[in-house]
Amino acid sequence: MTQLTPVLSAHWDEKDSFTIEGYKRHGGYDAVGKALAMEPDAVIQLIKDSGLRGRGGAGFPTGMKWGFIPQGDNKEHYLVVNADESEPGTCKDMPLLMANPHVLVEGIIVASYAIRANYAFIYIRGEVAHVVRRLQQAIADAYAAGHLGKNIHGKGFDLELVLHVGAGAYICGEETALLDSLEGFRGQPRLRPPFPAIAGLYARPTVVNNVESIASVPSIINNGAEWFSAMGTEKSKGFTLYSLSGHVANPGQFEAPLGITLRELLELAGGIRPGHQLKFWTPGGSSTPMFTAEHLDVALDYEGVSAAGSMLGTKALQIFDETTCVLRAVLRWTEFYKHESCGKCTPCREGTWWLVQILRDLEAGKGTEADLDKLLDVVDNIAGRSFCALADGAASPIISSLKYFREEYMQHLNNGGCPFDPIASTKFEAAGSR
Amino acid sequence: MKSANSYSPEQLAIMDSIIARYPRSRSAIMPLLHYVQSISGYVTPEGIEAISGKLDIETAEVTAVSTFYTQYKSEPVGEYHVGVCINTLCAVMGGDAIYEAAKEHAGVSKDEVTSDGKVSLERIECNAACDYAPVVMVNWEFYDNQTPQSVRHLIDGARNGNPPAPTRGPKSLRTWKENSEVLAGLSDGLAGEGVQAGDPSLLGLKIARGNS
Repeated sequence: MTQLTPVLSAHWDEKDSFTIEGYKRHGGYDAVGKALAMEPDAVIQLIKDSGLRGRGGAGFPTGMKWGFIPQGDNKEHYLVVNADESEPGTCKDMPLLMANPHVLVEGIIVASYAIRANYAFIYIRGEVAHVVRRLQQAIADAYAAGHLGKNIHGKGFDLELVLHVGAGAYICGEETALLDSLEGFRGQPRLRPPFPAIAGLYARPTVVNNVESIASVPSIINNGAEWFSAMGTEKSKGFTLYSLSGHVANPGQFEAPLGITLRELLELAGGIRPGHQLKFWTPGGSSTPMFTAEHLDVALDYEGVSAAGSMLGTKALQIFDETTCVLRAVLRWTEFYKHESCGKCTPCREGTWWLVQILRDLEAGKGTEADLDKLLDVVDNIAGRSFCALADGAASPIISSLKYFREEYMQHLNNGGCPFDPIASTKFEAAGSR
Repeated sequence: MKSANSYSPEQLAIMDSIIARYPRSRSAIMPLLHYVQSISGYVTPEGIEAISGKLDIETAEVTAVSTFYTQYKSEPVGEYHVGVCINTLCAVMGGDAIYEAAKEHAGVSKDEVTSDGKVSLERIECNAACDYAPVVMVNWEFYDNQTPQSVRHLIDGARNGNPPAPTRGPKSLRTWKENSEVLAGLSDGLAGEGVQAGDPSLLGLKIARGNS
């Protein structure tokens, strides 16, 4: 049985965990002192040695990303933290920032020093007022304590940190759309190359990292690369937050070494809700192809999930039991992608619209079997043929559900509609609180 | 209604302070739009003109940005804007039933406001609280583990000026305009209120400590 490894979440049960006092009680901001005593390149090397990979979905090695920033180029460099957590099912960064915003602020100071940035931004989604308050306060307190601003810790390093609040657009979690949004434009993805490391914010070298990636940095500075890389698997090092939601007895956050399995996590979560069985689940948000009970023992690290035909993504494990109609789930996700398509490129803007039309007919039992092939045909014309990965995400639930549940699509056609009772899936189904 | 030059000197100074946060002024457009909403409740033509003037860009450019993002409203919303998550996981866990109950109880459909101006309703996408599903947001504060019954109670409270407190948020619910000010980056001093974490956030930690 894999042991849990609370690091980021280690003190979330203390009432004042979000305050600077609460953070300092457990060595908060010690990593700033340690990092500022090192050469910036040595900090980058340490993060490279740790094996830390991006926790926002793509899994790119964090230290390598930092190393791509050209040094001695006489240009401003920027660090931008992606806190636009909006992938359906993903719910790790918001509780982290609500309970411990200072660990992100500290990670930002270290990362900015390493890449030689004097300006950093946190781009947070706008629909989370209280998380915004906690971050605002943390930044203000870090300034007051001399961890931000001019001549930090008397070491000659200057850093301004700005909290930028979004306004409801999933696409801004895509790093180049995020940069356009932060520059004051509509949030639409940019053509790459050039990559942000060369021409990012204001066309300057920019690192864009996920909240959890940057929040993992102070612990690596404090405990060393070997401590970090001793956890996890061969190519997926360290600990991470796994978020279990849906039809489990006890949903919640589990910080564990990479490579834990759903079977193990379910045991910790008390199993599937009583009297029900696992039907399908996403390993890392709705954009990652769904799995079934046959994947309970897949190692939840970058390689393991990929080898089984999906992606680790954000480790957002959405669990659905046998009461859930897979078509209803897939249609709703598809409506989401259609709603969030930014409209910049035709395949995604038009394709997601058509996918919704076809799926609505199928759910209502009005389509024909040929529509199943049409779905795959449309998917084939948008996935990999669009500006950004949003369309790939839209394709995932459709392709994977047809792979595992084609029979259920047919059932809708033969039945002339959906055979499921949606109330049976609800949390309050038996509670009498309708 | 305000005309572009009728924002008070204090309000114009706040706009300047928002712009001063950024290395380049245009980056301030989003917090400025949140700020306009904190004054008027929605993005007014006057607000667009004021931002256009401050940033020295065309009003069409401000409108283009404003209309891209769903949190910027082109019509007034309620003092308490109720968003029911209807993305897959919340919908399945009960969000669809909750939305129907909210619609029926408030007597408004999506993007409409009750006649007393107190409550408006929106179907929202995933709000990053799936372990607390089904989730409802009011003025972008978390209401966790909701039921049709709890949302009826919430709507009644909002209409009587006495809404229940958020599950993870300040001690009492702030209005749409007040919270828009927070999103514009202006502190209301309430960061210290409310829990640091709800039970699902702490589940793994408690198990690791052997005291689940």
